[in-house]
Amino acid sequence: MRPILLQGHTRSLTQIKYNREGDLLFTVSKDKVCNAWYSHNGERLGTYNGHVGSVWTVDVNSASTLLVTGSADNTCKLWEVQTGKCLKTWEFKTAVKRVAFSEDDSMVLCVTEERMGFAGTITVLPVNPDVNAEQSSKPVMELVNQKGQSKAVVADWSYLDKYIISGHEDGSLCQWDWKNNKKLNTVKAHDGLISDLQMSPDRSYCITSSKDKVAKIFDIETLEEKKCFVTDTPLNSATLTPKFQEFVIVGGGQEAMDVTTTSARAGKFESRFYHKILEEEVGRVRGHFGPINTLAVHPDGKSYSSGGEDGYIRVHHFDPEYFTFKMEI
Amino acid sequence: MSVLNKLFSKGAGPIKDGGMWMPMSPNDDGKMESKGYLFIEFETVEAAIAAVKNLDGHKMSKSHQLSVNKFTDVEKYGKMSDEYVEPKTTDFQAKEHIKGWLADDQARDQFVMYRGEDVSVFWNRKSEDPEHVHTRNNWTETYVQWSPLGSYLSTFHTQGIALWGGPSWNQIVRFVHPGVKLIDFSPNERYLVTWSNEPIQPSKFPADSPNPFSEYDEGNQVVIWDVKTGALLRSFPSVEENSTKSVQWPMFKWSQSEKYFARVVPKQQLSIYEAPSMGLLDKKSIKIPGIMDFEWSPGRGQDDAKLVQKEQDTLAYWTPEVGNQPARVTLMSVPNKEIIRTKNLFNVNDCKLFWQSKGYYLAVKVDRHTKTKKSQFSNIEIFNLCEKGVPVETLEIKDPVIALAWEPRGERFATITSSDPNYTSQTAGAQQQQTTIKTVLSLYALDHASKAHQNGFAPFKIFDKKTCNYLFWSPKGRHLVTATLRNSSVFDLEFWDLDFEPLNTNSSNDGGKSATAATQVQLLTTKEHYGVSDIEWDPTGRYVVSGSSMWRQSGDYGFILWDFKGQMLFKQNIDKFKQLLWRPRPHSLLTQDMKKKIKKNLRQYAKQFEEEDLAAGDANAAKLIAARRKAIEDWYGWRKATERRVTQERADLGKEIVKNADEGKSEVIEEWVEEVIEESEEIVE
Repeated sequence: MRPILLQGHTRSLTQIKYNREGDLLFTVSKDKVCNAWYSHNGERLGTYNGHVGSVWTVDVNSASTLLVTGSADNTCKLWEVQTGKCLKTWEFKTAVKRVAFSEDDSMVLCVTEERMGFAGTITVLPVNPDVNAEQSSKPVMELVNQKGQSKAVVADWSYLDKYIISGHEDGSLCQWDWKNNKKLNTVKAHDGLISDLQMSPDRSYCITSSKDKVAKIFDIETLEEKKCFVTDTPLNSATLTPKFQEFVIVGGGQEAMDVTTTSARAGKFESRFYHKILEEEVGRVRGHFGPINTLAVHPDGKSYSSGGEDGYIRVHHFDPEYFTFKMEI
Repeated sequence: MSVLNKLFSKGAGPIKDGGMWMPMSPNDDGKMESKGYLFIEFETVEAAIAAVKNLDGHKMSKSHQLSVNKFTDVEKYGKMSDEYVEPKTTDFQAKEHIKGWLADDQARDQFVMYRGEDVSVFWNRKSEDPEHVHTRNNWTETYVQWSPLGSYLSTFHTQGIALWGGPSWNQIVRFVHPGVKLIDFSPNERYLVTWSNEPIQPSKFPADSPNPFSEYDEGNQVVIWDVKTGALLRSFPSVEENSTKSVQWPMFKWSQSEKYFARVVPKQQLSIYEAPSMGLLDKKSIKIPGIMDFEWSPGRGQDDAKLVQKEQDTLAYWTPEVGNQPARVTLMSVPNKEIIRTKNLFNVNDCKLFWQSKGYYLAVKVDRHTKTKKSQFSNIEIFNLCEKGVPVETLEIKDPVIALAWEPRGERFATITSSDPNYTSQTAGAQQQQTTIKTVLSLYALDHASKAHQNGFAPFKIFDKKTCNYLFWSPKGRHLVTATLRNSSVFDLEFWDLDFEPLNTNSSNDGGKSATAATQVQLLTTKEHYGVSDIEWDPTGRYVVSGSSMWRQSGDYGFILWDFKGQMLFKQNIDKFKQLLWRPRPHSLLTQDMKKKIKKNLRQYAKQFEEEDLAAGDANAAKLIAARRKAIEDWYGWRKATERRVTQERADLGKEIVKNADEGKSEVIEEWVEEVIEESEEIVE
């Protein structure tokens, strides 16, 4: 497949996200802007300017009307997708590393950094779906990280927004009853920092990727490890392919300072495809000139995108062979 | 007392303060006289042991002799009972069959793999996962090595070497040699030579640990052991002037018959010893000023009719220019020390000796420089030991030779030469070459065609525009793998067949001429293995393993198993892969006639094997498919249960997922916007 190269960012990519229908791709980067693209041809729709620090994270609601971004300038901004207007800015004490709309779009969770004496938190903010309405500044709930516990770096909502699942710096995965500010369950998922957490389409299981070169699938209810994918490179992102094939895509790569050879091959900047159930590698896609930081799959399962440290986003539409591929069983 | 104090402090070690006590008692005259014994307490245990060793039996004066004993010994002997207790006979423990692995009914080979902290032994199963035999964590501290006939696996530890083997992989024998770094076996596994960079100090051993060393071994660094009994035969000092210079290993080289072994004191002498007596041949070394290196011939004159030398073993050595004498290569027979042949050489930088596997020929690669010393080129001197008088043939090669190897069991050899200015002999051994050098692969054989003069060696096929820097013959000959190793941008493996017979030979059209050696050389295939650093043929010549080791480079670690035709059978990426070594096989017990018979009936055997292969293949495929089916079933079972639960919860909460009316339907609207850019009116007359 010939990928479409989106050159819209001047610094490395931090996160990319498709909207629910999949026709739009939102990308954020350390260059302080958020871009919106048409995913089918890579044409840029527009840019959301306003942050004064690296934008770490982005999410869009299911109606594709509201966009939320979290940044290193200690703020979280709410935007109107269509016009690019910033509707609300929420201030925090530290940088915002992850934002996620709840399943019913009524709330958004923000994972904040732990720095300078301020503990890391997972803050739940209310969102009014009406673009013209006034947005509230008061959080619904704040899950504060206890002293001595490893801070949360990624988080997402479970089905029915029943739980918040968070991934932590020491590799542990926690299940929160956020309404009552109670931590229900913790498992030691990985030996290293959890770099990404992505939910299945029905939010009943999730895939985590980690710097310990392993990606795992967990059941949301029990936090039981269902599948494990071993690679030979630290992973930055992992995602699940819906519909046609039961695949898992993982991506990562050596840190820039660890790469001692100039050969792109040596840096292992490939997105790897594994069969989700059989845990066997089925293919690799090369092309990035730097580590892959983020991966996202189109909700219809016909294409996927990857954002890299090199500042490029590569949108891949699968060839017909992808859909007819069958593992020998 | 002061005399005794001085004697003991000097001879043994520091004495504790107030540690000397000589009991005095009044004698008949009333004067205090010593009872004739005294007690000494030393500062350290080593000092006490040294006191006993050095001063027991020391003559104080003509008539007085000192006897020194350890206090614990006195106690022990004093307490011994008078009754005679018969020593218990230990029951005979049958040792395991160390060659048991050869009886594998599928005739598979074993290999040992060292990855991370684990050393594991596997059976080779071609295209499937190797069958695991045994693993031990931290089995070795540096690396592992097989014995030449495959009976033992040796592992390194700070205290010494351990040999393991037999079907259960128990420890067979242990050799205590602190700090051992290098080992070498004799060709029939009877002797083991170990080298440590720490000189032996017998006194440093704690009292209860096994200590095979005596005072004769003090300060030595090389030890020779008998493998079967584990006994120390002899130790030798290292001959390097300073320990920082790298050791030439193997330091002791064995003759094929294991009757003699020898080593070179560089630039001075050649010392030949007899085994198992460990004594110098004729009680003295052979003084050869300037001698640099030597090699024994692998030929067995007694068994082989072709060799001229019958009863003697042969070795070859070379000396550089010394004084008025030009550089020369010399062949000497052992044990009569007769010089069989010498050849003078000029303008020599370095020499390397390559014996053909049966000892018929000796190829000497001579690196020479031009008179101006500006450029390097090579000669190959070939000594023919099948002819009387050992004639020497000289082949002049205009470029330096990087690699040379004889075909095992054959009479051909291959060389890799390079005219690339980037090549210098130092970089050849370096870890990872960044520059890819252009090389030429040449194949030589005896030229039977030329009737005018004597048979000589000539290149029968030359391939240029290659990048390979190493070549590996199959142990049975005929097949060759050339590789570009340890290079980050080129990583080719080339598989060659030197006796290729194309299926459609129409010899009738050739006018009676049979296929020449040149036409039979065929490049079977070229393959790639990113980051390849090592190549190993299995002992039967059926498989090749290319490995990418973490010791030699950074990158994709793992190995690929190929068959001799270059077809990839199995690939595995292993984090922290270090080394993979095939288990060697002992020499075949079949006679030539038996081998001929098997070759004739090969077709019948082949049918039987093919059936077995098919059956095995099916079985394995069936197992794999069954495992996959189960995994898929389990997954969907879990998914169904979860989905049911979640939909139930949704229904309870009244929050069913409502699919939007236009889900799945997308409308593509294309709008053409026409913009008038310019309008101009032109009036045409």
